[in-house]
Amino acid sequence: MKGTIKIDGEFCKECLLCTTVCKNQNLRPAAELNSKGFHPIELKEDADCNGCALCAVVCPEVAIEVYRE
Amino acid sequence: MKNIFSRPKSLKKAAFHYCAGCGHSITHRLIAEAIDELGIQDRAIGIPPAGCAVIAYNYFDVDMLEAPHGRGCAVATGMKRVLPDRIIFSYQGDGDLAAIGTAETMHAANRGENITVIFINNAVYGMTGGQMAPTTLLGQVSTTTPPGRSALLDGHPIHLSEILGQLPGTRYIERCAVNSPANITRAKRAIKKAFKCQMDGAGFSLVEILSQCPTNWKMTPVNACRWVTETMAKEFPLGVIKDLKAQAPTS
Ligand SMILES: Cc1ncc(C[n+]2csc(CCOP(=O)(O)OP(=O)(O)O)c2C)c(N)n1
Ligand code: SF4
Ligand SMILES: [Mg+2]
Repeated sequence: MKGTIKIDGEFCKECLLCTTVCKNQNLRPAAELNSKGFHPIELKEDADCNGCALCAVVCPEVAIEVYRE
Repeated sequence: MKNIFSRPKSLKKAAFHYCAGCGHSITHRLIAEAIDELGIQDRAIGIPPAGCAVIAYNYFDVDMLEAPHGRGCAVATGMKRVLPDRIIFSYQGDGDLAAIGTAETMHAANRGENITVIFINNAVYGMTGGQMAPTTLLGQVSTTTPPGRSALLDGHPIHLSEILGQLPGTRYIERCAVNSPANITRAKRAIKKAFKCQMDGAGFSLVEILSQCPTNWKMTPVNACRWVTETMAKEFPLGVIKDLKAQAPTS
């Protein structure tokens, strides 16, 4: 992985916008709920993140931090 | 690895009260990023509206002063005249700017007040439950137009940005959207340019944002973003409406 993201699951409202912009389909809602009752987004185990930051750009909740090599 | 994207300094670490996918949230971040990049956190004063953004002061880490519904431009006028060194931005919805506040907005723009307006067009009265706004599209279902807006009964959607663009007092007006990465990037550039316009003393600047309201449009956030491009932007085309910024300020 050239990049990675850090998700603050408590901020996520499961709008799923990030899942539609990730070119590598790295994101999915987690099985468990956050305290607001949403399934927060998580990186899949086999994620291939290049740190493009598109998910963070569309995230309304500012719940995603992006890191790149 | 290096951090390349994180919460802007001018945005407090507080969870937004907005619905999932709401365009208000994205626009808040863009304004905060613009404030950070221009280094004006200690000079900016925001004016939240009545509407879903009524408690926007909980999120921006800059000075904020609430205006009554529709009166953002009038309040901004007073602030800017008393505190000319501050960067004043009014944040207003379509029910706010284009209905109850039309007079205040038109006259502030016509006077060429050196202020910046962020105009959130979500084609409904969001906070009060999805009633028709002046910007509601023809055929669009709202709680007060259950069969869809009719030109005969309800009039046509109003294009306030274009109307304001005809006034000699206005300097920079652009319509953007926050429904895709490319549009969000453009919207950020426009907001920055509008603040820059004010910092240069060039006069009235306004950025209209086509802003998805999944809740009142009764759509998923993903479908609401699609609707902005496929339907809403057909009525309200994106792009620069006026840009006289290059010219010298009027005396
Ligand atoms: C003087 C006054 N009149 C009416 C209201 C009731 N009111 C609150 S929000 C609102 C409409 C909000 O719509 P808009 O400005 O489009 O903002 P949105 O919630 O869609 O972002 C109205 C009519 C009010 N708060 N103050
Ligand atoms: S009602 Fe619409 S505008 Fe208001 S917070 Fe919800 S999605 Fe946003
Ligand atoms: Mg509205």
